[in-house]
Amino acid sequence: MTDKIFRVNMSTLTTSVEEVPAEWAGHGGRGLTSTIVAAEVNPTCHPLGSANKLVIAPGLLSGTVAANSGRISIGAKSPLTGTIKESNAGGTAAQLLARAGCKAIIIEGVPGEDKWYSLALTPEGITINEETELIGKGNFEVLSVLDSRLEGKQAVLTIGQAGEMRLAAANISIKDPDGGLRSSGRGGLGAVMGSKKIKFITIDPKDGKVAIADPDKFKQANRVFAKALVDHPISQGLGQYGTNVLVNIINEAGGLPTRNFTSGQFDGHEAISGETMHDTILERGGKVKHNCHAGCVIQCSQVYHDAKKEKLTSGFEYESIWAMGADCCVDNLDHIAEADRIMDDIGIDTIETSVAMGVAMEGGVLEFGDGAGVCRILKEEVASGSALGRIIGNGAGAVGRAFGLTRVPVVKNQAIPAYDPRAIKGIGITYATSTQGADHTMGYTIATNILNVGGNVDPLTKEGQVELSRNLQVATAAIDSTGMCLFIAFAALDNETCLPALVDMLNARFDLNLTGDDVVSLGQSILKTERAFNSAAGFTAADDRLPEFFYTEPLPPHNTVFDFSDEEIATFWDF
Amino acid sequence: MRVTIKLFAYFRDSRFKAENREIPDGTTVGEIVDSLGIDREEVGVLMINSRHAAFDSVLEENCMLAIFPMIGGG
Repeated sequence: MTDKIFRVNMSTLTTSVEEVPAEWAGHGGRGLTSTIVAAEVNPTCHPLGSANKLVIAPGLLSGTVAANSGRISIGAKSPLTGTIKESNAGGTAAQLLARAGCKAIIIEGVPGEDKWYSLALTPEGITINEETELIGKGNFEVLSVLDSRLEGKQAVLTIGQAGEMRLAAANISIKDPDGGLRSSGRGGLGAVMGSKKIKFITIDPKDGKVAIADPDKFKQANRVFAKALVDHPISQGLGQYGTNVLVNIINEAGGLPTRNFTSGQFDGHEAISGETMHDTILERGGKVKHNCHAGCVIQCSQVYHDAKKEKLTSGFEYESIWAMGADCCVDNLDHIAEADRIMDDIGIDTIETSVAMGVAMEGGVLEFGDGAGVCRILKEEVASGSALGRIIGNGAGAVGRAFGLTRVPVVKNQAIPAYDPRAIKGIGITYATSTQGADHTMGYTIATNILNVGGNVDPLTKEGQVELSRNLQVATAAIDSTGMCLFIAFAALDNETCLPALVDMLNARFDLNLTGDDVVSLGQSILKTERAFNSAAGFTAADDRLPEFFYTEPLPPHNTVFDFSDEEIATFWDF
Repeated sequence: MRVTIKLFAYFRDSRFKAENREIPDGTTVGEIVDSLGIDREEVGVLMINSRHAAFDSVLEENCMLAIFPMIGGG
């Protein structure tokens, strides 16, 4: 079948299925969401108003048997940053959307009446249904009720109470193959979905299949590609320890932001490390390895049990553990796991909210290290929408303003994640120049600054960092368009068979003749499209900065500051 | 001279997390790695006192050597 655009107008409560315009045909995933947002959304609009649009797109290879191709892109103008936004997640939605013949869902307008709705997508189109039962409920209850309501294996995208309240840190949660949740976490896209009064979206592809132009060539390329992924030692480590294997190495490098970004090392690092987590999971009968989407050969996810050997959380990531752990000085993995589960249920970004907690601790709301207090505030204040809960749920920047603080780690109002830019300078360039606020996944210089992947660039000096961040941001924009997990990047950087095999798969799927250079051009053009949207929204080079304290407060143990001049940062855009 | 050696991820299996050792002056990182029965091919990152090091880096009195296999995340 030919892919179509599925459009939903919440102002008129009408839907349509449209042909894909020629200029969108070569795009998927992030390239497509950003292209559509740039084409159809007024950059100066209010992100929670009727002029903003929520765009959901599977990647170019989603729905095929390509290894690790089940990632979904969701885009809009962000209520947190005011910039264009693409948030990328696993779960089953990308694959089922692609199989339903959907190139992208575009949701526009807001309902006139104070009613809530759900959307149901099949290959025939989308129906809008009023929803009453699940309003005010958390994501896990949504999944459990929908399990009994829906026939067959359907994908679910849902918002929790945070999205309903339109909090700027609200995420969109996506069901994984085992009924757990994955998150389109960053940038408050759950608030955009909530502003359009959509509680959840279901996707039923019926017997839809993705068409492959040259199946034999595709199969062959996928074999080479999957082998490159499986053979890379980092893939094996990710399966064994999860992304949380990073706690100890980032701590050792002195770049683990601790106690609201006042130190680069955390005394309790061992207690929250990937090694400890691995042993704890084994002890309690959880799952060390788990996939966030079918067809993943890396399996970095896991299922973490509590002391009673009952499931507590899954998809327990390094950045969430760092934020609730080192940044808030909580050295108890069970408290962190409980907080992770509550945030998944409320539907709120674990990075933004945990960094907001660290800022709140500095503001005297609770003591550093009070994991039980964090869980209480999440349950009693954030979930119920109290004044304090809404301040925290609007992110680290909101907390900093409410409590009159200067040490507020945000760029373009989005919380800085798990790597301190004073000790790992390349990532500071990514945070500063990213089109979407501070985001480690936009150009993961950690690979080359710390992990010796794709060569090595000294994390403590300025040399080579702008170029490193640029090359990675370009490559990432392209990868985010394919539906591929970003963890293919380790193999892509180190194994020369990996990227050509990926290009071969794109060509075999669509009957194209793309080259590696075309993929680079695609990445560059996506970054430029996103930047043009931001410029029209009022952003300038002066927004490509880190907060002042990174330039003035030396970070122990290296006692370095972030010391790039404005001019040096500006050279990022010389391409 | 005395040094502290720290191991991470699966390098800890049937070895140790951290150990203090007495070693001769001029000992290199590579010699320590070999003495632990760790295959150099499997080493991803080496750090001395929180800075990246190489197999031929020479250890100094009271330094902290960290040895990691190839790992990643994000």
